[in-house]
Amino acid sequence: MKHSTFFWFVLPSAILMLLFIALPIVSVVTQSVYAAHEQVVVTVENCGPFGCTQTTAIDQEATQALREAEPLGKYVGTDIYTDRNHLAFAEVGGAWREAEGLPDFGAALMNLPFYRAMAFTLTYTFIVTPLTIIAGFAIALVVNTVAQWLKGPTIFLSLLPMVVTPIVGGLALFWMVDARGILGGALQWLADDPTLSVKADTTLMWIMLMVYGVWHSAPFAFVVFYAGLQTVNQDTIEAAIIDGASRWERIRYVVIPHLVPLTTFVALIQLMDNFRVFEPLVSFQAQAHAQSLSYFIFSDLGGETRLLSSAAATSVLTIIGVAILLSPVLVRTYRDFTPRT
Amino acid sequence: MSSIATKRPLPVMVIATVFLLLWLVIAAFPFLWTTWGSFKVEGDFFSKANWLNAIIGPLTTAETGASFTGQGYYGAWVQEEFWRAAMNTVIVCVCVVSISLTCGTLGGYALARSGFRYAFWFLFFALIFRAMPPITLVSGYLLPFFEWNLWGHLYTTIIVLVAINQPFTLWMLHSFFKNIPADLDESAMVDGCNRFQAFRHVIIPIMWPGVITTGLFSFLLAYNDFAVTIMLLTKENQTMVPKIVSFLGTTQTKGNVMFAVAAAVSITAPLFVMIMFFQRQIVSGLTAGAVKG
Repeated sequence: MKHSTFFWFVLPSAILMLLFIALPIVSVVTQSVYAAHEQVVVTVENCGPFGCTQTTAIDQEATQALREAEPLGKYVGTDIYTDRNHLAFAEVGGAWREAEGLPDFGAALMNLPFYRAMAFTLTYTFIVTPLTIIAGFAIALVVNTVAQWLKGPTIFLSLLPMVVTPIVGGLALFWMVDARGILGGALQWLADDPTLSVKADTTLMWIMLMVYGVWHSAPFAFVVFYAGLQTVNQDTIEAAIIDGASRWERIRYVVIPHLVPLTTFVALIQLMDNFRVFEPLVSFQAQAHAQSLSYFIFSDLGGETRLLSSAAATSVLTIIGVAILLSPVLVRTYRDFTPRT
Repeated sequence: MSSIATKRPLPVMVIATVFLLLWLVIAAFPFLWTTWGSFKVEGDFFSKANWLNAIIGPLTTAETGASFTGQGYYGAWVQEEFWRAAMNTVIVCVCVVSISLTCGTLGGYALARSGFRYAFWFLFFALIFRAMPPITLVSGYLLPFFEWNLWGHLYTTIIVLVAINQPFTLWMLHSFFKNIPADLDESAMVDGCNRFQAFRHVIIPIMWPGVITTGLFSFLLAYNDFAVTIMLLTKENQTMVPKIVSFLGTTQTKGNVMFAVAAAVSITAPLFVMIMFFQRQIVSGLTAGAVKG
């Protein structure tokens, strides 16, 4: 294909991605080194019959004018990154000096909002991803044994948790584990504790969010593994049986090695997607117990005062996190496309 | 199919069946439960006294005179004007799917046919963009959109969703076009077509299976999106997903949570129908990138 033809064919996509993905990244980086202008304070001297008093007042008009003239705010360098709501160098340093042992230091870190969000995001990512793969693999194995005419309906039901809007899927679970819902009631009965509530307990909330995560992504792993199982060589399986391999050994030494490339694919996609976990936290109204990096940005952006600079700094840190997680995927893609010599 | 490799002893069959049934219940029960409960009143759907209340509905009978009630649906669709949000969702989805497929087929075709190095780098950057959490991009949009008065309109959201969709669309259609033999369009070009005519007369008539699959995923992304629609739309322009979340914020009034339940069921219904008709395409789309690679 000629260079010029290629250029015209990809132009619409290229413009879209440049304007709405590449430039916003630049915009986020820029915003993160500027902070909103502080309010303009004027000192007014009121002189009355009993002498003069000085009062300070906020000059609303001047503040408004300044903010409109320079919407980005004033340049503050990396101040936002190091403040208490982000990397909190001063607080971390203080905690390190005062902490008695690592657990104490960890507890001190958990009081800082950014580290708390980071801790949840990483825990979620690295617990949900392997569980998703195991669940998906197990479901694929059993669906593969189902009679042909039942496969359609089985796959239909299995796809539901993934295809349905994440917010709605999360809400459906949340209403069930509500203290007055069916699962919440069952939990109270099991634990023999009528005051037990997932909404009020941090550990339970974390577990619930991760259960949701596995529930939501297991269908994806299932579908990929199921497709992989269709291509397992039946002759190899029969040969293994003749050689005396048990059922488990056949799975362990024939099926699993066949599915390893798929497993890396699923793992990489899941790592990327779980790292941006966001919707379940909204559905479960979990902000008091768990915050992810995405939710942290969301809560800065929402509300009356939009903390754009703070959100931008968290966004940059999140993008760095994504880049670290993504590097193995990129290396793999690069290798796949480089012609083998 | 009757080879010895597929024969199974009884205990294995029993364990497999039990596990499968368990999974199907876990996967589908929440939706069944919510759908059933959406026709009850709040006191039954959230019943402290007895979980059976949500099934039988004694309070629903006491309050409304029948064991099923459409109050939640009436409240959501008529009183809280959920239909407006549904209209917005339709507009957004139709526009996002058609625009992203138009740009995506052109781009994906070119990427599949160009043997040059830059085509690879294009896809490489698309992959990086695919990994960006949408909410980080949203925090980049807000300030410029406020400054240029682009914030709050449906068309801004549509174009943003198209752009966020583009990397995935390009990758999927690229691998799809790779599987259409290049001989087809090359022979058309030997016969005197230029590149665009070859695309128009040879490729377009045979590309629909791949385009439909990709379109389904574009639709799902636009339909299910929350991060972009909640931050970029005004209250009047809200689509269905942010609207449901806004019901949750006003649960002080009794019965409002049932509006959210009814709305949640309403938003799921079209997806049910979609999976029923396009199950094969969804499955093939999910595996396209994985199995061939």
